[in-house]
Amino acid sequence: MKVKVISRSTDEFTRERSQDLQRVFRNFDPSIRTQEKATEYVRALNAAKLEKIFARPFIGAMDGHIDAVSCMAKNPNHLKGIFSGSMDGDIRLWDIATRRTVCKFPGHQGAVKGLAASTDGRILVSCGTDSIVRLWNVPSSSTMESNDSSEKSVQPLEEYVWKNAFWAVDHQWDGDRFATAGAGVQIWNHNKSAPEKTFEWGTDTVISVRFNPGEPNILATTASDRSIVLYDLRMSSEITKLIMRTRNNSIAWNPMEPINFTAANEDCNCYSYDARKLNEAKCVHKDHVSAVMDIDYSPTGREFVTGSYDRTVRIFPYNGGHSREIYHTKRMQRVFCVKFSCDATYVISGSDDTNLRLWKAKASEQLGVLLPREQKRHDYNEAVKNRYKHLPEVKRIVRHRHLPKPIFKAAALRRTMIEAERRKEERRKVHSAPGSITTKPLRKRRIIKVEE
Amino acid sequence: MFLCFMFMSKKVKMGVKAENGTLTKIVPPLEQQLSEEIDLKVKKYLRGEGANLEILQDKKLKGQLSVREELYGRSAKQAAKTEKWLMPSEGGYLEAEGIEKTWRIRQEDIAREVDISSSRNQFDITLPNLGPYTMDFTSSGRYMTFGGKKGHLAIVDMKNMNLVKEFQVRETVRDVVFLHNELFFAAAQKKYPYIYNRDGTELHCLKEHGAVSRLQFLKNHFLLASLNKSGQLHYQDVTMGEMVGNYKTGVGRTDVMKVNPFNGVVALGHSGGTVSMWKPTSSAPLLKILCHRGPVSALAFHPNGHLMATAGKEKKIKLWDLRKLDSELQNLPGHANTLDFSQKGLLARGTGSSVQVLGDFSGAQNYSRYMNHSMVKGYQIGKVLFRPYEDVLAIGHSMGWSSILIPGSGEPNFDSWVANPFETSKQRSEKEVRSLLDKLPPETIMLDPTKIGTLRPAKKKEKPTKQEREDEMEAAIESAKDMDFKRKTKGRNKPSKKVKKRQELVAKAKRPFLGQNTKEEELLARKKQKTSEEVELPVSLQRFAKKKAAT
Repeated sequence: MKVKVISRSTDEFTRERSQDLQRVFRNFDPSIRTQEKATEYVRALNAAKLEKIFARPFIGAMDGHIDAVSCMAKNPNHLKGIFSGSMDGDIRLWDIATRRTVCKFPGHQGAVKGLAASTDGRILVSCGTDSIVRLWNVPSSSTMESNDSSEKSVQPLEEYVWKNAFWAVDHQWDGDRFATAGAGVQIWNHNKSAPEKTFEWGTDTVISVRFNPGEPNILATTASDRSIVLYDLRMSSEITKLIMRTRNNSIAWNPMEPINFTAANEDCNCYSYDARKLNEAKCVHKDHVSAVMDIDYSPTGREFVTGSYDRTVRIFPYNGGHSREIYHTKRMQRVFCVKFSCDATYVISGSDDTNLRLWKAKASEQLGVLLPREQKRHDYNEAVKNRYKHLPEVKRIVRHRHLPKPIFKAAALRRTMIEAERRKEERRKVHSAPGSITTKPLRKRRIIKVEE
Repeated sequence: MFLCFMFMSKKVKMGVKAENGTLTKIVPPLEQQLSEEIDLKVKKYLRGEGANLEILQDKKLKGQLSVREELYGRSAKQAAKTEKWLMPSEGGYLEAEGIEKTWRIRQEDIAREVDISSSRNQFDITLPNLGPYTMDFTSSGRYMTFGGKKGHLAIVDMKNMNLVKEFQVRETVRDVVFLHNELFFAAAQKKYPYIYNRDGTELHCLKEHGAVSRLQFLKNHFLLASLNKSGQLHYQDVTMGEMVGNYKTGVGRTDVMKVNPFNGVVALGHSGGTVSMWKPTSSAPLLKILCHRGPVSALAFHPNGHLMATAGKEKKIKLWDLRKLDSELQNLPGHANTLDFSQKGLLARGTGSSVQVLGDFSGAQNYSRYMNHSMVKGYQIGKVLFRPYEDVLAIGHSMGWSSILIPGSGEPNFDSWVANPFETSKQRSEKEVRSLLDKLPPETIMLDPTKIGTLRPAKKKEKPTKQEREDEMEAAIESAKDMDFKRKTKGRNKPSKKVKKRQELVAKAKRPFLGQNTKEEELLARKKQKTSEEVELPVSLQRFAKKKAAT
């Protein structure tokens, strides 16, 4: 007879001293964990609810301007700094961590319309309705760190006067050129008081300009004649012009796929295009209920943030038709400019109510240094939520966003209008000779023509 | 550890040989055996078959799912490989040598062979005044509560054989059950069930349940299920006190009740020989199975949830596969007042004063006797219960309770996060919070709990094609033609009559197919007519067409 029975000595399974860690034994056999799937589902539900509870995206407002914030610029070389310009000619450098003004750049008469920093973060270019381009020396990061509460002011390095008012400026990536937009597009150099080149295609005002982050000699502009124009500086010529039904207020290149850009349109939508194929949008991003004023890509290239005239900020996935997140507060008015922070964790918006607002890019993210256990728990919650995201209860909780009443109503109205239009189109089609009316997809419908 | 080392050294040697080029393709038997073993383990962790991706049209989804499936496969393999280090203890066993038979081996023989700490698990507690006794273990097997029919309640720490608390309620106690941990237990008493804490303080009197004969606790759902004397099934949520379900079984009173641990379904055995299964969200039973010709006397579920054992008063014990209920798997002769499955799948049955343990040694769910144990003559066994994570069977009988060793019955490796026999009070309170967070809603109780989060397959009635129908008809005609007639008396067996009869038969065989045909053809014809009428009108005018026809 051979016999063995389970026998456990207490010493083997418990700790020796009270200072030791408790001993842990694992057995991953599925049969000792009954109803695994149900448990996972309950955990997914709880994770979705917790996410909703912890969704507190608003971090704080940066108060200081005395008129609406019209433009902002990131400092590519310094994570904490952000420049903002307002309608009364005030330019400020903010420290995001302490949410204080670090220094001021006085000089502009009238509104500041464009701000851009050079890639090394030393030079700030500003322009405005007073027809002057100003170059500023950005104070070193050590002065930003200094803890004195007094605001410094800086004198401009250069002042270049031009013939017409400016609407926007952007700095080339890793070079010393910058482009201004106004009556036409001007390409400037840091050292010359007159533009190197000027472009004019059409007679209308150019309202925004953005250099391509991948190829520093390509830039895209939008103009009030409803066009998007691509320029190439190497050949000093225009490449393509795309005319849409409504004008684009702003444009942003995808930093990770620099052939693609997204334009913020007056018709409440954003349109993502492939620069090589402009006769069709890659994706239409719908959700805003009023004109989209500004757009900025996350450095990861996976999502972008938009600010709209409907007083909300939304975050879209780069390939998704609807927004992932909507941010609003009672006090935030029309949003004129938005920026993603350089580490993709924060979103900054500047609005009509003279404030800059700082938001988290992921509404329920836990800030600060996480313990490995906390990180693991967050990862697990994310995984189970992702696994059960199609179940109705989880989906409902994850998707739900509280909207201010005017926006909710406007969205409902927009839906009704779009539906009515669609129905009308359908009926028109039914009552006409077969094939005489064709419906274009929305990706093409808003495009009038493409000129080479 | 030694085995592991040997395995490693073998591997190293193999590597050398392969380099020399002498042995490149031949897999040595040991390695092959090892890989087979790992495959078996992987199967356990895979939790069933993967999805069939071949039928998917959506390429993107297919890609995503195949990546997911690959990940599952890899993690299962990883789990199987790490088992060796994570699960150090091996299970118990009892092997006969020579002409010995395992069922002839007595407890005294086992006691002589095993170590002292294990042999302490063999004892009889004689409590002649307040019996018969019933008992329950916590999920870790550390604590036991027992109740004597005449009102004797106690909690025992089984690890160091400590009596935690003992008290008298001075009325009938029919059943005791632990709630989620050893701090609380419920006792079904004369008029109502009560909830006590470990110190014997009465916390609740559950008057709504009435005079309860059996209690069960669903620990994933925190539900206390009870069956009272008028055959009413109650489910009460013990966290919030809400009565989740209250159903009349309508089949009379019974005291056979067990929870299937796999899915939380409560099974009741009735005096008519049926077993019914219940969930707290429906007033009708999920299932009714006619198991026995006589009353059902006992019931037990295998921990994997697919096997059910029932015992009838007509001296039959039957094993059922719950996934395929049309007939029983096995039919064993014998009485059983009480049945219980161990964690490793041994089945204990108690009758009169003897206990028999059956085991499945062929691996094909074919139970045969494994061990026998007889108590003192005259003892009436009321309940047998395996102690989780130990090779111990507890027996409650009319003269107290006993504990015997059944090697190979318990799971040798416990998981600290699931059930820990060496739990400290801090760990216990942490686990309580965690399990409360993971408390399942009562809706998750269903026959197949793996269905959660899956899609219901689309119902598609497949119609036979015309060709198939014709073939079928032809086959039917052929069979009718080939049919032999009975030889009849003279005069009634004329060839003309035979031909007529055969024609009739052929016509009869044809009839169902013909009817079908015409119906469908008619429908088709009607459709065709309709469409030809409508084609003449432009689309926009179609809505006026019917009106015209009416006028």
